[in-house]
Amino acid sequence: MPRQLIPIVLSLITLGLVSCGKTSAPNSAATGEMTVLIGASNPMTGPQAHLGKDNENGTRLAIEDANALGMTIGGKKVKFELVSEDDAADPKTGTIVAQKFVDQKVSGVIGHLNSGTTIPASRIYSEAGIPQISPSATNPKYTHQGFKTAFRVIPNDTQQGGELGRYVASKIGAKTAAVMDDTTQYGQGLANQFEEAAKAAGVMILTHEHTDDKATDFQAILTNIKAKKPDIIFYGGMDAQSGPMMKQIRSLGIPAKFITGDGGCSTEFLSLAGTSGEGAYCSLPGMPIEKMPKGEDFKKRFNAKYGEIQDYAPYCYDAVMVMIDAMKRADSALPAKYLPELAKSNFDGVTAHISFDDNGDLKGGVITVYQLRSGKWVALETLGAKP
Amino acid sequence: MDIFLQQVINGLVQGSLYALVALGYTMVYGIIELVNFAHGEVVMVGAMVGLSVIERLAARGDTGWGVIAIGVLVAIPSCMALGLGIERVAYRPLRKAPRLAPLISAIGVSIALQQLAALIWGRNYLHYPDVLSNPQFHIGGAVITQVQLVILATTGILMLLTWLIVQKTALGRAMRASAQNPSVAGLMGVNVDRIIALTFLMGSGLAAVAGVLVGTYYGVGNHTMGFMLGLKAFTAAVLGGIGSLNGAMLGGLLLGVIENLGAGYLGSVTNGTIGSNYSDVLAFIMLIAVLVFRPSGLMGERGSEKV
Repeated sequence: MPRQLIPIVLSLITLGLVSCGKTSAPNSAATGEMTVLIGASNPMTGPQAHLGKDNENGTRLAIEDANALGMTIGGKKVKFELVSEDDAADPKTGTIVAQKFVDQKVSGVIGHLNSGTTIPASRIYSEAGIPQISPSATNPKYTHQGFKTAFRVIPNDTQQGGELGRYVASKIGAKTAAVMDDTTQYGQGLANQFEEAAKAAGVMILTHEHTDDKATDFQAILTNIKAKKPDIIFYGGMDAQSGPMMKQIRSLGIPAKFITGDGGCSTEFLSLAGTSGEGAYCSLPGMPIEKMPKGEDFKKRFNAKYGEIQDYAPYCYDAVMVMIDAMKRADSALPAKYLPELAKSNFDGVTAHISFDDNGDLKGGVITVYQLRSGKWVALETLGAKP
Repeated sequence: MDIFLQQVINGLVQGSLYALVALGYTMVYGIIELVNFAHGEVVMVGAMVGLSVIERLAARGDTGWGVIAIGVLVAIPSCMALGLGIERVAYRPLRKAPRLAPLISAIGVSIALQQLAALIWGRNYLHYPDVLSNPQFHIGGAVITQVQLVILATTGILMLLTWLIVQKTALGRAMRASAQNPSVAGLMGVNVDRIIALTFLMGSGLAAVAGVLVGTYYGVGNHTMGFMLGLKAFTAAVLGGIGSLNGAMLGGLLLGVIENLGAGYLGSVTNGTIGSNYSDVLAFIMLIAVLVFRPSGLMGERGSEKV
């Protein structure tokens, strides 16, 4: 080997060692600094990429804030590092991402965005003992599989669908309803909960139709619904569908009111539905951002950095902070050490006061109903038990 | 009855859009026997370029069909250039390669274009500006909007035009000759490379129109919109008999109507056990059934003239 190459090769080897070290966390380098990897899995491609990016931004903001605090855990200075992966909202890809996180030995996972990806991935995290906090998966099943590692910082759909079903009957005064969903675990789960509660509250369900989470043409289904003349149409699914759907409802001349869950309660819905969206209802778990304990401040800082909040960014922020808070109390970033502390969380977050029940569900969650009035979502009412 | 009529109208509109895209698949397949999987992405680029133009004009306060027309007129040359570029870069160097090679490069182009579009226009669902008042007309209890009427008229005229070019002009004769036997056509003085490029040009132009129409109709544009549309249009082309112009038109319309009737009636016919979400399944069952009895599609005949 020529002499002048030796330093280059040596530095390459060191570089290799350093970058290898990075992937195994918690890791203590010679400097006494420790890198803690936090995984975030969201759809960064496909129809829900805008929501995925929003979640990633919320997560990133929290990690930057935590790093700015300069915390020490176990006597070492900690640097939190975000590992962001794309699960494309696809259950299979979600499990691949989960396996990758396990192999990288992340200390915890914030995600996934969708119930459909969160539920299958939760088994993998549970087997590896890695704590997982979903900021946005609302399907009840996620926390009811007996996994000690599964948490969420958002109320589940038993509550959301139930409140919406009762709201439609008591406050909107609908006698008949047509239900639609996108056949995902989230959409169908929410639609079923809604149907059950609405029925119990005396609303007649005329039909329950299904589409998918990539469709843009709903005219055939809507034509069917038109013939049944419902007072209100409920859709369980995301804004990429409900926006165009709203337009088609009006262009087919259907006079029914429209209501959807948190998946459609975004700024994206406003632009996609355009003027046809006027009067539509939607719900978001939690309080309106202005009424959240630290909502105004979060909104200001988020807007300055990333622009408008789509949906779940504040929940992602809280999920990270709750996790880090547990690490601090356990004085360890090792999953086995801080997991018991996480379950005992008692934390004042941006979105709410966060503590978990035995399943890992948020205690005392609320949901808020919004209506689209002159091009803006206006909060009407916050339902459910106040924490 | 009015519901049935409504489903047929919706199906015909959706189907005519499929047909317009299917023409691009079938012409390219007819001439070089390549399934151009990037064609759906060309439609998407057309829609997105149109969207950018229409957005600019709408911001100035312009409205009406003129705005859409300008969007189309900008989208057509953009897509033509893109189609030509794809053929030059991804397919022409592989013309003599085994059949699988250009197919793989087509898939590659498709992914590359999607990601490129995501970089240019972002990943969000973009809203097609409302520049039309879109009045509704009532026929026997069914509703048809002005946009739907314009889509039917435009696709009808374009399909007729394409048919006339291929069947009645010297250029069309050269295309048909190149499809039948490229080397003999070359010996007869036909510049086959040029004819292939022209075929891509025509297909991409049609794709541009389809893209802007789809965007205007559904009010949404996104970098992934070409994928499913392309797949459906390809299915329509196969259903009608890939390589046959008339087949693509028939296949497109048929697929649109089957899908809509399927979504409309599957639920009530089976009493809810099989819901409207099975309309795609129904469409593909029909496709399989047709291919079992007529392997070369409804209008396709083995060894007949392609294109």
